Amino acid sequence: MKPVEFQVTMTPCSSQPILYDEAKCIGCNRCAAVCQCDILLPSAETGKHPVVMYPGECYYCGACVMACPVEGAIRLSHPLRNRAKFVPVRSN
Amino acid sequence: MNDQTFHWPYANEVGMEEIKSCDVLVLGGGLAGCFAAIAAARKGQSVILVEKGATERSGSAGTGFDHWESACTNPCSQVTPEEIAEAYVNEQDWYSNGIAHYIECREGYDRMLDLESFGGKIRDTDDEFAGAAFRDDKTKLMFAYDYKNKFTLRVWGSTFKPALVREMKRLGVTVLDRTEATALLTAVVDGKKHGVGACGMDVHTGKFYVFRAKSTVLAMSRPARVWLFDADQPGLCEFRPFQSIGSGHAMGWKAGVEFTMMEKSVRAEYSAAGRSFPAYGTGNNHNTWYAATMVDARGVEIPYVDRDGRELKTVLERYLPAEGQKFFLKGGVIDNPKYEYRGPETLDFDELVRRGYQLPFYADLSRMPDEERRVIWGMMVGEEGKTKIPILQNYSERGFDPSRHMLQSYGTGWQSANFLEQERQFFGAPGGILHDWDLKTNIDGIYACGDQLYASDCAGFACATGYYAGRKAADAAAAGQLLDYDREDARREMERLYAPLYVEQGTGWKELNQAIAKAMQNYCGGMRCEALLKEGLDLLESYEKEIVPTLCCRNPHELMRTHEVQDILTVAKLVIHASLHRTSSSAPLFFRRSDYPQPDPECDRCHIALHQENGQVIERRVPLNFFGNLKEEYEKRNQNYIREEAAL
Ligand SMILES: Cc1cc2nc3c(=O)[nH]c(=O)nc-3n(C[C@H](O)[C@H](O)[C@H](O)COP(=O)(O)OP(=O)(O)OC[C@H]3O[C@@H](n4cnc5c(N)ncnc54)[C@H](O)[C@@H]3O)c2cc1C
Ligand code: SF4
Ligand code: SF4
Repeated sequence: MKPVEFQVTMTPCSSQPILYDEAKCIGCNRCAAVCQCDILLPSAETGKHPVVMYPGECYYCGACVMACPVEGAIRLSHPLRNRAKFVPVRSN
Repeated sequence: MNDQTFHWPYANEVGMEEIKSCDVLVLGGGLAGCFAAIAAARKGQSVILVEKGATERSGSAGTGFDHWESACTNPCSQVTPEEIAEAYVNEQDWYSNGIAHYIECREGYDRMLDLESFGGKIRDTDDEFAGAAFRDDKTKLMFAYDYKNKFTLRVWGSTFKPALVREMKRLGVTVLDRTEATALLTAVVDGKKHGVGACGMDVHTGKFYVFRAKSTVLAMSRPARVWLFDADQPGLCEFRPFQSIGSGHAMGWKAGVEFTMMEKSVRAEYSAAGRSFPAYGTGNNHNTWYAATMVDARGVEIPYVDRDGRELKTVLERYLPAEGQKFFLKGGVIDNPKYEYRGPETLDFDELVRRGYQLPFYADLSRMPDEERRVIWGMMVGEEGKTKIPILQNYSERGFDPSRHMLQSYGTGWQSANFLEQERQFFGAPGGILHDWDLKTNIDGIYACGDQLYASDCAGFACATGYYAGRKAADAAAAGQLLDYDREDARREMERLYAPLYVEQGTGWKELNQAIAKAMQNYCGGMRCEALLKEGLDLLESYEKEIVPTLCCRNPHELMRTHEVQDILTVAKLVIHASLHRTSSSAPLFFRRSDYPQPDPECDRCHIALHQENGQVIERRVPLNFFGNLKEEYEKRNQNYIREEAAL
C-alpha cells in the first residue's frame, strides 16, 4: 500500500454549534472523546481546547457539554433558524 | 480560521492490518449492541464490540431517553406481554415484528433491572415526585401515558450508556471505539453460507481490521440520508445520529442477508436542517410532552377528547383509558391508532379552526399541576435524548421558565414541520432484517437486533432484542467453531476502503449524498411505478460505476464519511428493488404505485423478503403471521432463560 499523507482542513458551515471559552477550558479533550460524530479534533497544543473541525456534522446532542468537567468551558448553540420562540403566558 | 489546515492528531496506520478473533462479534455499540455484548459475556463467551463513535454516548439513546415502552412485567403493570405485543401486531396490520415486540414485552423489565444494577436510574429514589398520580410510592417507579395500566415507564435514560460501558468493561468485553465495521465475511460450509466475521477500519488512524468470530450480531441501527440531505448542516438532516446511516443494512445486503418491508417509508417527519426545530424543543403534546396543556394564540385552552370525542375535564383524565377501554397505546411508532387502542388527544385541527381557535398554538405547562409540569420540564425534557443540554439547559439560559412562559408550535400539527410527499424517511417501524425466533438472519452465525430489525421501534425494544440476540449468538458460538475466511475477500475490502485516499481532485462525499437524495426524491418518492423506479435504479447504478471510483478524501474521518455514502447508495438500490418487487399499493406500508393502484390485495398481504445471491435479487414470500403464537413459540425456545430469571 502506497503511503499517504493525511490533511485536515476546517470545513465551515453556516452555523457555529460549539463555542469554547478559552479562559475556562483546561484542554482535557473529554468533549472530543465522547462526540459520536467525531467532529472535534484535539488541539496540537497541550492545554488548548479542541478544534471544531466539521461543525456542519454536529448532531446537536450535547454529549460534549455533558462530559465537560468545567462549567461554561463549552457551549452548544442552535442555528438561528432553529431557535424556537417562547412568550409570557396569556390568560384568557 | 476558515481555510486553516491542521496537523492530523492521530497516527497514520493506512495499510496496516490487524486480525482479531473472538466467539461473539457485536457490530454497533448502541443500546442493542451493548446488551448483546453483555448477554454473550455473561455466558462466558469472548466478545468484541465494534463501535464507530464512542460507546459512552453513542447511538440514538447516547444522551438519554425518557420513555421505556411495553415493560409489561413490571410489578405495577395491569397488562400482560401477550396483550401488548398482540395489540402492536394488530395496530400495524400485521406488518409488525411480533417476535421482537413479544421479547420486548416479556423481557424488557429484566433489562431495566439490569440497568439499575449497573448504576442506571430507573426509579424516583430521590422522592422528587412522591405522591404524584404517575408514581407508585412503594416501588418508586414512575409511569407515562396510561396511568391505569402502567406499562410505559419514565426513566432517567441519560444515566444508561455510561452504565452499560462500565458493565462491559467489568465483564471483559473488548470495546473498539472509533472503528467502523464495513463488510461481513462469510464462508460456505457444506453448501450453506455461514457468517465468519467482519472487516473494519479505525476511523482515526486508517488501520484495517479483520474480525474473526463464531457468531456476529448486527446492531448498527437503520438507514438514513436516503431522501434527506443538507450539505451545509448534514448532521441535522435526520432524526437519528448522523453517523448511523444503515451500514448494517448495506453490508448485510451485500453479504446475502434477507430484508423485508424496505419499500416502506413515510413522508418525512423530522429534519432540523430545514423544516424542523430541535427535537422536543417546540410546543407540543406528544411523546416527551404528553399530555401538555395546549393553548391557542389568545391563550384559550385546547380541549382534550377521548376516542369517542367526549371532552375531558381534568388533566388526570388525559392519562386514563376511555370508558369501556382496557388500555390505550401511545409512543414512538403510534401515530394515528385504531379506535380500539386510541388514547386521549387534543381536538382535531380542522374542528379547532371551525371553532375559531387561532394559530400559533403553544404548550402552556403553567396551567398543569406542579408535578406534571416538573415531570415534563426537568425530568422528561432532560432525560430524553438530545434534551439535557440542547433544550433544558439551552432554553433555560435563554430565559424560558415553564411556570411563566409558553413554548410555540409551528404550523398546524404537533410535529411543527410540514414536509413534501417526496421527502421521505424510515420512520414508524420501517423495514429491515427478517429473522427467526432466535433473531438469526437467513445466514447461519449472523444475528440482528434493535433498530436493524424490520419494524423496529424504541429503546426497550433495542435493549430486550439486543440481550436476546446476544444470548442466542452465544449459545451458537459455544456449540460452533471458528471458521476460516477468504483472504481474497478481505484484501478486496481493504482496497475498496482505501481507494478514495488515492484519488486526486475527485468527487466529495457530500456531492454524491446530495445526488442520491435527489434521485430518490425523483424516482422513489410518494408515487412510484415500474418505469420510474427502473430509471432511478439505472441512475444509481451509473453513480456506482462512474462516480464511486472518483470519490476522494484526505483523512480517515472523511474516508469514513465516504464509506457511509457508498453504503447509502447500496441502501437506496435496495429500496428500489423492494419497491419493484411489490406490485400493488399498500396503506400500512405507505406505499403507492401508479401502475398498481389497488391497495393491499389479499395475494400481496405478506412479507416480500429479498436477498442477493450472485448479484441476483431473490424474492421469497413469507406470511405475515409467520411467527405463530407468540407466547407458545417464545416459551418453547426460552426455558433456560425463564428458569434463570425465576431463580434470581
Ligand atoms: C433523539 C431520540 C430520542 C429517542 N427517545 C426515545 C424514548 O424516549 N423512548 C424510546 O423507547 N425510544 C426512543 N428513541 C429511539 C431509541 O433510542 C432507539 O430505537 C434505540 O436506541 C435503538 O438502539 P440501537 O442499539 O438499535 O441503535 P443505536 O442506539 O442508534 O445504535 C447504533 C450504533 O451503531 C453504531 N454504528 C452505526 N454504523 C456503524 C458501523 N458501520 N460500524 C460500527 N458501528 C456503527 C452507531 O454509531 C451507534 O452507536 C429515541 C431516538 C432518538 C434519536
Ligand atoms: S453536540 Fe454532539 S455531535 Fe455536536 S459536537 Fe457535541 S457531542 Fe458532537
Ligand atoms: S471537556 Fe471542557 S475542559 Fe475539557 S477540553 Fe472540552 S471544553 Fe475544555
